[in-house]
Amino acid sequence: MMKKIGSKLVSWIDERFDLTPIRKLLKYKKVPDHKHSMWYYMGGITLFLFLVQLLTGILLLLYYRPGEDSAYESVRFIVTKVKFGWLIRNVHSWSSNLLIFFAFVHMFSVFFTRAYKKPREMTWITGFILLVLSLGFGFSGYLLPWNELAFFATKVGTDIVGVLPIIGEDLKVILRGGEDVTGATLSRFFGIHVAILPAIFTVFLFFHLLFIQRQGMHEPEHFKKLPEDKKKYIPFFPDFALKDALFWLIVFNILIFLALFDPWELGLKADPFVPAPAGIKPEWYFMFMFQTLKYLPAHIFIFEGELVGILFFGICGFIWLLIPFIKMKKQNLSDKIMPIVGIIVVAYIIIMTIVGYLSS
Amino acid sequence: MKLDRRKFLNMLLGFGGIGGIVSVFYPIFSFLIPPKTPEPTVNSVKAGMSKDFPSNSSKIIKFGRKPVILIKTEDNQYKAFSATCTHLDCIVQYKTDTKQIWCACHNGTYDLSGRNVSGPPPRPLDVYDVKIIKEEIVITNVG
Repeated sequence: MMKKIGSKLVSWIDERFDLTPIRKLLKYKKVPDHKHSMWYYMGGITLFLFLVQLLTGILLLLYYRPGEDSAYESVRFIVTKVKFGWLIRNVHSWSSNLLIFFAFVHMFSVFFTRAYKKPREMTWITGFILLVLSLGFGFSGYLLPWNELAFFATKVGTDIVGVLPIIGEDLKVILRGGEDVTGATLSRFFGIHVAILPAIFTVFLFFHLLFIQRQGMHEPEHFKKLPEDKKKYIPFFPDFALKDALFWLIVFNILIFLALFDPWELGLKADPFVPAPAGIKPEWYFMFMFQTLKYLPAHIFIFEGELVGILFFGICGFIWLLIPFIKMKKQNLSDKIMPIVGIIVVAYIIIMTIVGYLSS
Repeated sequence: MKLDRRKFLNMLLGFGGIGGIVSVFYPIFSFLIPPKTPEPTVNSVKAGMSKDFPSNSSKIIKFGRKPVILIKTEDNQYKAFSATCTHLDCIVQYKTDTKQIWCACHNGTYDLSGRNVSGPPPRPLDVYDVKIIKEEIVITNVG
């Protein structure tokens, strides 16, 4: 009965919108099967967590009230009075962290399998922009509960922007909505978090997914070199899709476990006239940059230490974005150097993050 | 150079287009810059009675919209500095054990003259004047 209604509905749509491309995609799309196939699931899981963020974010919007006198109180209301409010908030907080974690894993897996190379340069660029936007989501969302930790993290984060030459001060004022971090900053961050970033993110996500569908899954070098009869593929639908769904389910369970057993603290309400508490630290994904800033002296030559730090990370990020276009004279040399560069970057991030947590 | 009708119209259209873009983005950009709100000029604030303020302790005082840290040293001297760290804007605190001013955000320290002595702060803290008038602590802006 249901099957009959389903097929009738599909043929009704088919008559009007011609579903041949979708049917072809489901029937003929295939995914290479090799020892590194597990990395193909990292993008999908990031997308899944983004959908979780979207849903829980919309739910939180129903009760959240931005404002110096209402933000903290509304979050406290959500977690203490609203039925399952604590669960929705914890899932939103944990899912944001998992999303950024998997986005990083996805990016580095693409880097180490060299999947960013021609013709997938634009997939890399849109992907990197999506990661930066995700960090923007994390940074702007962190302030919204208007608690002490978030207040100082935002003070530091926006003050760093101020050290940029020429535009820094103006940019800081625009971000903060004034000279200091106040209720005006909260309003702006709320707007950025729920309207501006989602709008930009959706555009880049659309193109990122479009490029992947148009070009198909990347085949690593060792797989390409295999004779045709040795190359194994699995159909995208239903085999790969089902494996993907299973991984989504596993991560969803981990997410719920974390939300239940390690709830996200609300902390104390922000007070601009209270000293920064000891042990203050940013979200873990900013820790390596935060720790680097701690080590920089007040002045490096004629420049202020943090200016050197922010320029260093800015330039590194820009080079990382342009990696698909970096050509070396000898392909062999590039194949040898790139993995070493990747290992140095990963090691730097991991070591600085651990040092950051140990020293605080 | 001969300017035919097509080129002329294209140029006109180009300038019109640029004008159109500017007329859209200029108001948007201007809207993003918050207007300056008048701030009451504060030259001095009262910070409570001196007898209620124990030695080797501190408190943060609202000096208009700015936080100021008031410290009573072990030898009962009063010191006041801007409580905003010169590094990245965090609020500093007085460490009673080391007798230093400390910023928890990036581990910057200042001595009891407000001088940056270790960590990343690039400048000393701004100094405020403290007077005791009829046992009441009064903090005033220097200069």
